[in-house]
Amino acid sequence: MILDHLPIIQVIVPLFGALLCALTRSGKVAWVIAAIVSLLMPLVAIGLLQQVLSQGVVSYAIGGWLPPVGIEYRVDLLNVFVLLVVSIVGAVMIPFAARSVAAEIPEHKQSWFYSMYLLCMCGLLGITITGDAFNAFVFLEVSSLATYTLIALGSDRRALIASYQYLIVGTIGATFYIIGVGILLTVTGTLNMVDIADKLGDIGQTRPVLAALAFIIVGISLKLALFPLHVWLPNAYAYAPSFATSFLAATATKVAVYLFVRFVFGVFGTGIEFGSFAVADVLLVLSIFAMFGASIVAVFENNIKRALAYSSVSQIGYMTLGIALGNLTGLTGGLVHLFNHALIKGGLFMAVGAVAYRTGTARINELGGIGRRMPWTMAAFTIAGMAIIGVPGTVGFISKYLLAVASFEQGYWWLPFLIVLSSLIAVLYIGRIVEVAWFREPTGAVATATEAPLSMLIPIWILALACVLFGLDTEFSAGLAERAAAFMMGAGG
Amino acid sequence: MNGSELIFTAILLPALASLLIWAAGRLPNLREGITLVTAVTLAVVVFNLLPAVLAGGRPATDATEVLPGLEIAFTVEPLGMLFALVASILWIVNSIYSIGYMRGNNEPRQTLFYICFAVAISATMMVAFSANLFTLFIGYEVLTLSTYPLVTHKGTDEARRAGRVYLLLLLTTSMVLLLPAIIAVGYISGTLNFVPGGILQGTLPPLLMGGLLALFIFGIGKAAVMPVHFWLPAAMVAPTPVSALLHAVAVVKAGVFTVVKVIVYIFGVEALRESGAGDWLVYVAGFTVITASIVALRQDNLKKRLAYSTISQLSYVVLAASILTPAAIVGAAMHIAAHAVSKITLFFAAGSVYTAAHVTEISHMDGIGRRMPWTMGAFAVGALSMIGLPPTAGFLGKWFMLEGAVGSAQWVPLVVIVISTMLNAAYFLPIIHRAFLRPSQAHADAHHGDDHHEHGEAPWPIVLALTLTAAGTIALFLFPGIPLSLAEQLAGMN
Repeated sequence: MILDHLPIIQVIVPLFGALLCALTRSGKVAWVIAAIVSLLMPLVAIGLLQQVLSQGVVSYAIGGWLPPVGIEYRVDLLNVFVLLVVSIVGAVMIPFAARSVAAEIPEHKQSWFYSMYLLCMCGLLGITITGDAFNAFVFLEVSSLATYTLIALGSDRRALIASYQYLIVGTIGATFYIIGVGILLTVTGTLNMVDIADKLGDIGQTRPVLAALAFIIVGISLKLALFPLHVWLPNAYAYAPSFATSFLAATATKVAVYLFVRFVFGVFGTGIEFGSFAVADVLLVLSIFAMFGASIVAVFENNIKRALAYSSVSQIGYMTLGIALGNLTGLTGGLVHLFNHALIKGGLFMAVGAVAYRTGTARINELGGIGRRMPWTMAAFTIAGMAIIGVPGTVGFISKYLLAVASFEQGYWWLPFLIVLSSLIAVLYIGRIVEVAWFREPTGAVATATEAPLSMLIPIWILALACVLFGLDTEFSAGLAERAAAFMMGAGG
Repeated sequence: MNGSELIFTAILLPALASLLIWAAGRLPNLREGITLVTAVTLAVVVFNLLPAVLAGGRPATDATEVLPGLEIAFTVEPLGMLFALVASILWIVNSIYSIGYMRGNNEPRQTLFYICFAVAISATMMVAFSANLFTLFIGYEVLTLSTYPLVTHKGTDEARRAGRVYLLLLLTTSMVLLLPAIIAVGYISGTLNFVPGGILQGTLPPLLMGGLLALFIFGIGKAAVMPVHFWLPAAMVAPTPVSALLHAVAVVKAGVFTVVKVIVYIFGVEALRESGAGDWLVYVAGFTVITASIVALRQDNLKKRLAYSTISQLSYVVLAASILTPAAIVGAAMHIAAHAVSKITLFFAAGSVYTAAHVTEISHMDGIGRRMPWTMGAFAVGALSMIGLPPTAGFLGKWFMLEGAVGSAQWVPLVVIVISTMLNAAYFLPIIHRAFLRPSQAHADAHHGDDHHEHGEAPWPIVLALTLTAAGTIALFLFPGIPLSLAEQLAGMN
C-alpha cells in the first residue's frame, strides 16, 4: 500500500525532483517539475496528518531495518504540524516563482535554482520527519548546502559574500550539532531519538549529557538565528533571489525551531527537566533581546528585505520565548507562532519580491507612492504587516496573546508588557513602509510601475487572507499546536 | 429579522458598503448615493433593536470561539444601544454634510474618504454591540486603523506628522496598557464577558484593583484623559466631516463608552465604590476637565479650540462614571448622547465657515454671523449645550452628574463642574459675540485677495446638516425619553 510509505515519499519525491531538474537545461521545464513536487507535498503531509490523528505515532523503518538499528522516520503530532507548514508554504509559493525567478536569474541557471530549491525542501522535510539524530544532521547539511547555493544565485554581487558568511556560520552550527550527537552516541550507544531519550532517563543529569545538550542547543541556535547568533541571516535574506528569501524565511528557521523543541523536550526531556537549569533563563533573556534589539535595527533599515529579515530575528525571539517559558501555554504559543509567522513573513517577502520585480528596487526611499501603482500588492503587505504587529483579528495577536497568558501563568507579570512593547516597535518599521507606500507621490521607477502579475498576486493574497482567517479561526493552527505541545510536554515529563 | 441577524447586519452593512463605494469610485453620484442609502438603512436596522432593549431584552448573537476564553460575541445592552443609535443617526446627517463639504472644497481622494468612513462606522457598531472585552478590543483597533487614512487625508507633511502622532499614541496606549489589562482580567476572572455588577468583585486587593483600573483608563487613549490626549488636537488636521463625526462622536465616544463599560460591567460600580480603588479617578478626570478648558481658552484656531473642549467634555463622562452612583452613571450616559449631537453641530459650523469663507481662526470671524446666520445660529445652540444651559441637551447630562455628586456628598466633582461651566462660557460666548455683534473686518487684512470675501452661506447640504443637528440638540432636551430610559436601565434604576 502506498499509504504505508507516505513518510519516505515525503522526502524522496523532492530529492528525485531535484535530480530531474538538474538534468534539464530549460527553466520552464524545471519550474513545472518543481511545481508538481511542491503541489504534491501538502497532499502527502495531509495524509500523514490523518494517519497520526487516527492511529497515533507513525513509525517507518527505512529499508525494513527496524529501529533502533535502522533509520526510523517517526511522525507524531509535533512534526506533522511542521511538515504541513513547510509543504503548504512551498505549494502556495511555487506559482510566484515562475515570473520572479525568470526575471532575477539568468536563463541557464534557472534549472539549477529549481534543483536547489527542491533539494532544500527535501532537506527541511527530512530534518522534520526523521527520528534519527544523525540522519537529521545529514538532512541539515542537505538543506544548508542547497541554501548556500540559492543565496549565491542572487543577482546582487553581495549575495556571494552573504552566502559565504552563512556557509561559515552554518558549518560551525552543524559541527556543534554533530559533536553533541557524537557525545550522545558515546553515552547511550544509539542514534535513534526515542532510544536516546529512553536511555537518558536512566543516565540522568551527568556531565557528558549536559555537554551534549550545550553543543546541540548552540548548534541549532545558530541555524535558527537566535540572537546574538543571527548575524548571517539579514544579509542572506536581503541578497538572495526574492523567491528563495520568501521560501527560506517561511520555512528554514521554523524547521530549526522544531529541531530545538524536539531535542529539548523530546530527547533530553526524559533525563533533564527543561527549566530546572539556567538554559531556560538564558534563552528567555536572549529571546527578549531578540524581540527588542532586532526590531529596533529593523526600524532604521532602508532596504525593506533587510528590515524584514531583522524582523524575522525578532519574531524568532517570540518562538524561543514560548519554549523558554516552558509551560503548556507557552510552548503552544511558540509553536503556533511558528505557523503564523510562516504565513506572515512568506506574504511580506513575496509582496516585496513583487515590488522588486516591477521596480527593480527594495529600498524604501525609492518606493514612495508604490501603493498607488501596485494597490493589491501593497494592500496585502499592509494586512500581513498588521499581523506582524499583532492587531487583534490577525494571527499575530493569537501568538502574542498565548505568550502573554503563559507569562502570567509562569508568574512573570512584567513579561506581557515587554511582549506588547516589542510589538509596538513593529508598528514603527511596518508603519514607516506603509506610510511611504501610500502617502507619497510616485516618482522614478515607481511612476511607471504597474500591478504585479496574477501569478504573484494570488500566492501573496492567499497568505495575506490566511493571516486573517487563522487569526479568527484557530482550531487548526492553535488547536493542533496545543495538542503537539501537550504531546511533547507529556513525553518530557 | 431576529436580534442576532439585526446585530450582524448593523456591523456588516457598512463594511459591505465600503466595497460598493470602492466599486462605484468613478461615479461620484452613485458613490454618495450608496453612502446615504447605507446610512439610512443602518439607522433603521439599529432602531429595530430598540424596542427589545427598552423592554428589558438583551438581543445577542452566538459566540464564535477564537481561543478558549477569547470569543467574538455581541450583546446589545442599554449603553451600547444608546451609542449605536447616536452614531448611526448622526452618520446620516454627517453624510449629507460630507457631500457638501468634500465637493465644496474640491477635496482629493474622495473615494478613499468614503470607504474609510464606512469601515470606521462598522468598527463603531462592533464596539457598541460587543459582548466582551476581546470583541470590543478588535473593534477599537479597527477604528484606530481605519481613521488613520482620514487624518492624513490632506497628504501634506503636517497631515503626515499628525497622522503619526494619532496612530502611535492610540496604538501605544491600547497595546501597551489596555491589552495587558484585558489579558490580566481574563487570567484573573476566567472570562472577558461584560456582566452586570462586574466580574472582578473581591478578586483583587484594592491597590492592584486601582492599578488595573489605571491600565484601563490610560490604555483607552480614545477617552483622551490627560496625559494621553495629544492625539485629539493632532487629528484636527483631518477634513471637518471626519472631525465632526469621528473625533467628536464615534472615536472619542468609543473611548468613554469603553471606560463606562469597564467600570460598570468589569469592575462593578458597587465593588469599586466599596474598595475605594477608583477614588483617584475623580482627581485625574477633574484635572483634565479644567486644564483642557483652560487650554481651549488660549486657542485661536476654531477646530483646535473645539478639540480641547472635546477633551474636557470627555472627561466629564469619566468624572461622572467615577462618582460611582446610579444618578451619575445616568449622567455619564446622557452626556455621551448630548455631547455627541452638540459637538457635531459645532464642528459642522466650523467646517461651514471654512467652506464658505475659508476662515479657520477665531480672530478672523468678526461679523461672520450676519452673513452666515444659519451656521452661526446653529453654532450658538451647540455652544449653549456645551455650557449646559437649557433648553439644550447639555443641561441634562450635567443635571444628573450634579445630582449624583450632591447625592453622595462628593464635593470635588461638584466644584469641578461649576468651574468648568464658567470656563466653557468663557471660551464659547466670545465667539458668538464676535460673530454677531462685531463689525466685519476689512477684507484686505483678513484675506489674501481671493474671491471668497463676498461669500454668503455654505452649500445647502452643509446648512441642512447643521440645522438638523442644532434642532436635534434642542429636541433631545425636550424629548429625552428614549436615551433616558436606556441610561436608567444601565444604572440599574428601573
